[in-house]
Amino acid sequence: MTATKKDPVLVVLQMSGAFDALNTIIPYSDPLYKDYRPHLKVEPEEVLAIDDKVGFHPAMAPIKDMYDEGKVAVIQGIGYPNPIRSHFRSMDIWHTAEPTKMSTEGWLGRAIQDLDPNKENVLTAVNFGRGLPRALAAPGVSVASVGNLETYGVLTGIDGEDQRAEALDIFSRMYSPMVGNGPINDYLSQTGLDALKGADILRTAPEIYSSSIEYGGDMFSQWVKNVAQVHTAGFGTRVLYTGLNPGAFDTHANQPTSFAKLWGEVSRAVNDLYQDLKEHDANQEVVMVLFTEFGRRVQENGSGTDHGSGSVAFVLGDAVKGGLYGEYPSLEPDKLDEGDLKWNNDFRQTYATILDKWLELDDKAILQGEFEQFDFIK
Amino acid sequence: MADQNHDIALMAHLMRRAGFGAQYAELEERAAKGYDATVEELLNPEVNPHGMDLDVAERCFIEWSHQTRGVPEYFAFRMINSRCQLEEKMVLFWHGILCTADSKTQSYPTSYDEIEMFRELGMGSFRDLLVGISRDPAMIFFLDNCLSHKGAINENYGRELLELFSMGVGMDGEFNYTEDDVKECARAFTGWTIANNIPGQPYGRYHAQFVYNPEDHDEGTKTFLGETGNFNGEDVIDIIAKQPATARFISRHLYSYFISDEAQVPSWMETPPKDPETIKMLEDEYFRSGYNIKAMLRVLFHSDAFKNARFQRVKSPVETVMGTMRLVGDWTEPKPGFEFIFDEMKHMGQELFNPPSVEGWHTGQEWIDGGTLVHRINFTADFVGDVNQPGVREIINRLADVGPLLSPEQMVDTTCLLMGHYELADETRQMMASSLEKGGTIHTDTEEFGNRVSELLQMIVATKEYIYA
Repeated sequence: MTATKKDPVLVVLQMSGAFDALNTIIPYSDPLYKDYRPHLKVEPEEVLAIDDKVGFHPAMAPIKDMYDEGKVAVIQGIGYPNPIRSHFRSMDIWHTAEPTKMSTEGWLGRAIQDLDPNKENVLTAVNFGRGLPRALAAPGVSVASVGNLETYGVLTGIDGEDQRAEALDIFSRMYSPMVGNGPINDYLSQTGLDALKGADILRTAPEIYSSSIEYGGDMFSQWVKNVAQVHTAGFGTRVLYTGLNPGAFDTHANQPTSFAKLWGEVSRAVNDLYQDLKEHDANQEVVMVLFTEFGRRVQENGSGTDHGSGSVAFVLGDAVKGGLYGEYPSLEPDKLDEGDLKWNNDFRQTYATILDKWLELDDKAILQGEFEQFDFIK
Repeated sequence: MADQNHDIALMAHLMRRAGFGAQYAELEERAAKGYDATVEELLNPEVNPHGMDLDVAERCFIEWSHQTRGVPEYFAFRMINSRCQLEEKMVLFWHGILCTADSKTQSYPTSYDEIEMFRELGMGSFRDLLVGISRDPAMIFFLDNCLSHKGAINENYGRELLELFSMGVGMDGEFNYTEDDVKECARAFTGWTIANNIPGQPYGRYHAQFVYNPEDHDEGTKTFLGETGNFNGEDVIDIIAKQPATARFISRHLYSYFISDEAQVPSWMETPPKDPETIKMLEDEYFRSGYNIKAMLRVLFHSDAFKNARFQRVKSPVETVMGTMRLVGDWTEPKPGFEFIFDEMKHMGQELFNPPSVEGWHTGQEWIDGGTLVHRINFTADFVGDVNQPGVREIINRLADVGPLLSPEQMVDTTCLLMGHYELADETRQMMASSLEKGGTIHTDTEEFGNRVSELLQMIVATKEYIYA
């Protein structure tokens, strides 16, 4: 630990649509794998082997490279009690860390409350994407949600530099708590001014940023680039969140093509982000976590896979102790859960580890329970 | 306000609350007919009920066919275009209280059946509506009543029927029912199940149907809210409907939706109503009319509390998006891309058919956070700033009709009127006016005039004042 240790930062990458865990970390030497996947199997010689049992999908070479450098923890067999095979409900469970009842508060929302209890920084958390994920929602927590960093702000439709400057000037004055008397005037004023302030600061990020890394042209890669831009700009942001569009990984049909393409884009973006942070000497203070809402059916449906349960997640970064965690779920028919991989570690164990060992927060309070931790943080 | 019956500002208020807003021409037309006549028309939808040809819409949107109707886009399209605005507003009202979520049911046809049931029963007897929702296949599946069996009850539906759909946990600091009542209620609904169970994949194209299975119904004696008998579901609903707590619960919901934001539902046991007199009036009408929602709405729309409650509610995302579409006159007919409009509501925090929990959406202040506020302002500003939208053109033309020259104050005030009699704080009004003044004399017969109107409209929808309805 150095004297100039920077605050730990968490980057969350949400793989919406539920990627097929079985073809992500592939149990290539298990003969049952070929039986379940006559059309979708990846040939053993193509698998990027981790050991003599499992390996990465070939499209994931950029993540495999990081794995080989000891920077990737693979959490096998991750899941939650009483698996639900609905995308929305399952994603809600990952967001709220509450598998048994409906909840509206996010686990990261509560973490943000602890990271910035006095709401000193309007940019403690930033989301890139359309709409705010429930993971970031909590009472009193203001999160900037950015669809396009280059144009982010209020009243972006007003053309002309002078007109826009004038509009923003009026906006800041009309959102003064002294103006108006509606039922929630003070709250609206604060929220409006925070948003304006956040946008003012965020807009400078692309101007400050320069890098030799060229990210992919897809939306996700661009958002990942925005993560790098905002982090390296030094706004004190502690939680950065982005992900794929809803349903991206929902490969009920034609899985081989879309699955490889998506993992290709995602893996490259993840590695690009890591290299970019390194170029900015910012690689040590960032940990990434990459997750999906559930796994997919072990038995293929011919050209794709249907909704399943047990899955795999990844935690990546310099602070991560690389390797395999959890156990690979058995493929034996009687060990499956209604035809799906059976989970063996609760996703909240991974959350607890990140909250406690990385962000140094009270994991028990945030997760409202105690979960056995992994040791994937150095 | 000499003549309330023909007051356009009051009509604008009524149409924002009892519908999704209206353009100025419609407000003028309705105000000429009168407030009382408009209230009756809204309460009694009959002629040309939907103001659009659904068959044409279905041919344009194959996914809106009878097989899969119930897609949220279809629901939204009707809100924009229906002549029966209150009918659609009430469907949204019940959708937010008698909640199911497609994230669990995953069957649009079955969700569609539920929405049609709200359309049919939503302004009738509340007792009948409770029977309707208890027989609703989407609800039976959503709250697991199909898993509740004689001798092995699942309490989920029995509990929510009391807690979230009819009485609420408590009132005036007292509990409304006990845990035993929940169990007895669940027993009464055993055997209320569904056939043709909702399939998860691929698209759930089958309508599930309500089935009563007498074999699985618990015929034993039950004691519910102090009454004892061999109750079935309808008997329990009869007992629920006559409770003062039920009258209070529905009155508060109507008040919060149509008049002024109330505290969130979970705090109602401890937090008294904001306006006990109006609530009392609604409760009395509930009993007088035999639990009739339409009768309660009539009393509500004629109450002083309603008429004086302008801009006391935060617009929901659905109201914001639908109101914007109706103001600018977009999406009056089918064209590609409607799913993007629908998505906007989601990004503002309200996804139709997917409320965050069985408790529905939290309202009022809770609609607004940094992300949703920016989204709301930018979305609305983009539409009202588009001079090619028919409704925006109409505002520009009407402003030009005032005369060749406008003073800045005149332009701000008239624009606010044309948007539905919005009221800006004096300071805000002055800021807008002095900004216009800086831009030079306002000639209404120039090319540039349209752009000046566009910018002003964008500024008005960005105000705090515009967040309220």
